[in-house]
Amino acid sequence: MRDDNVVIKVEHLKKYYRDHTIHALDDVSVEIDRGEVICIIGPSGSGKSTLLRSLNLLEMPTDGHIYVDGIDITDPKTDINLHRQKMGMVFQHFNLFPNMSVIGNMTIAPEKVLKQPKNEVNDRAIKLLERVNLADRKDAYPDQLSGGQKQRIAIVRALMMNPEIMLFDEPTSALDPEMVGEVLDVMKDLAREGMTMAVVTHEMGFAREVADRIVFMDSGKILEIDTPKEIFENPKSDRLKDFLAKVL
Amino acid sequence: MFEQFKADFTLNFIDNDRWLMLMRGLVATLQITSVALIIGVAIGVIVAAIRSTYDKNKDEYKRRGDATYYILGFFNLLCRIYLTVIRGTPTVVQLLIAYFIIFASSTNSLGVAMFAFGLNSGAYVAEIIRGGIMSIDAGQFEAGSSLGFHYVQTMRYVIVPQVIKNVLPALFNEFIVLIKETSVAGYIGIEDLTKMGDLIRSRTFSAFMPLLAVAGIYLILVMGLTALDDRLERRLRRNER
Repeated sequence: MRDDNVVIKVEHLKKYYRDHTIHALDDVSVEIDRGEVICIIGPSGSGKSTLLRSLNLLEMPTDGHIYVDGIDITDPKTDINLHRQKMGMVFQHFNLFPNMSVIGNMTIAPEKVLKQPKNEVNDRAIKLLERVNLADRKDAYPDQLSGGQKQRIAIVRALMMNPEIMLFDEPTSALDPEMVGEVLDVMKDLAREGMTMAVVTHEMGFAREVADRIVFMDSGKILEIDTPKEIFENPKSDRLKDFLAKVL
Repeated sequence: MFEQFKADFTLNFIDNDRWLMLMRGLVATLQITSVALIIGVAIGVIVAAIRSTYDKNKDEYKRRGDATYYILGFFNLLCRIYLTVIRGTPTVVQLLIAYFIIFASSTNSLGVAMFAFGLNSGAYVAEIIRGGIMSIDAGQFEAGSSLGFHYVQTMRYVIVPQVIKNVLPALFNEFIVLIKETSVAGYIGIEDLTKMGDLIRSRTFSAFMPLLAVAGIYLILVMGLTALDDRLERRLRRNER
């Protein structure tokens, strides 16, 4: 019965680049349960972003399968756009649309993709903006916002689609240190509400506090998956010990 | 000195209503340019759309085993041949080929010129627009996709508005080049602005005034285009901050 609770199931995922000598992902398997927060850590080039981006098929895996709600999204016949609507994605570099205001950024996809009525979408956007304390910036353009503000907008923009799962690709890595906290707070809130989240991060404090399980990756492989307590207090592989010694 | 100037002016512009020749030439130049510009932009947009759609989506189409992959690939190849040929040969030669070979049976030289200059300009416009699309950060496409937009929606709502703003200066540069390039229309017997200036010169045996007048008119046209460009750019920028 446990399977009913599995939202994402990754099976033997492989990603090779051209010459087949670089293995960005080397036989990766992992399951994510509903409501679970998974943090993916590891040195740069370990394949953690590639794994996360594969979940949304922004990277096309060379081999293996990804099941979301039991549907194989790597199957060429799966409607990938439909699948992506269920998954919110937050990028390292925000990727807000500079040609739209904050409210425009938030309302365009629900209006054009989900065909929801404009008024309703607007009301929802305002409520979400209030939640992240940015209601007064609703008519601002991305260029007028600070990094922390941009990333909070990027998060609520993704939430506007009512996703089942939120993917975060190093959401605080491009931020000035004093703005990291405001973004992590929004993410903690989300986790507390029971959102299923996969987070690639270098914020070990956040991973330790919020994650249900932590995935440690190196050279395209998952070396350890465990609770934060085990990962941080009882690391098994030398690679993880080495990594933790460097980042903590 | 002033008397000399006045005599020259009268000879070149007033006598036989020669200024009307310049006006007729100007009208021809404007006709060729404006129709060629429309043809050029239309071709440019279509070619750029095919080329960038192919570049951005070929892997996905191939993966799905979609027939679109081959159809788009075929059109992409046609576009590349078009760009290579047009950009690899002189405009005058293209104009002569259009007039004496392709439309050898036609006597409508004005129409042939519109077609030839339009076809020529289209290649440059296509590459300007394609460059504009390629210059947009990949993150913008990814953000669009991640929100559930399909490719056309991402292009329409996210990419194209940014591209228009970015390519405007280069596009107006192309329009300026086009307006001046039509001055070779005389090769196929069109009496455009340049040809008319030269005709006046050959009749009055006085080069200075008619040729400078022609140069001055081109200059004014180009300055008008530049002013329009400035206004458009300012308006698009105002939308952003």
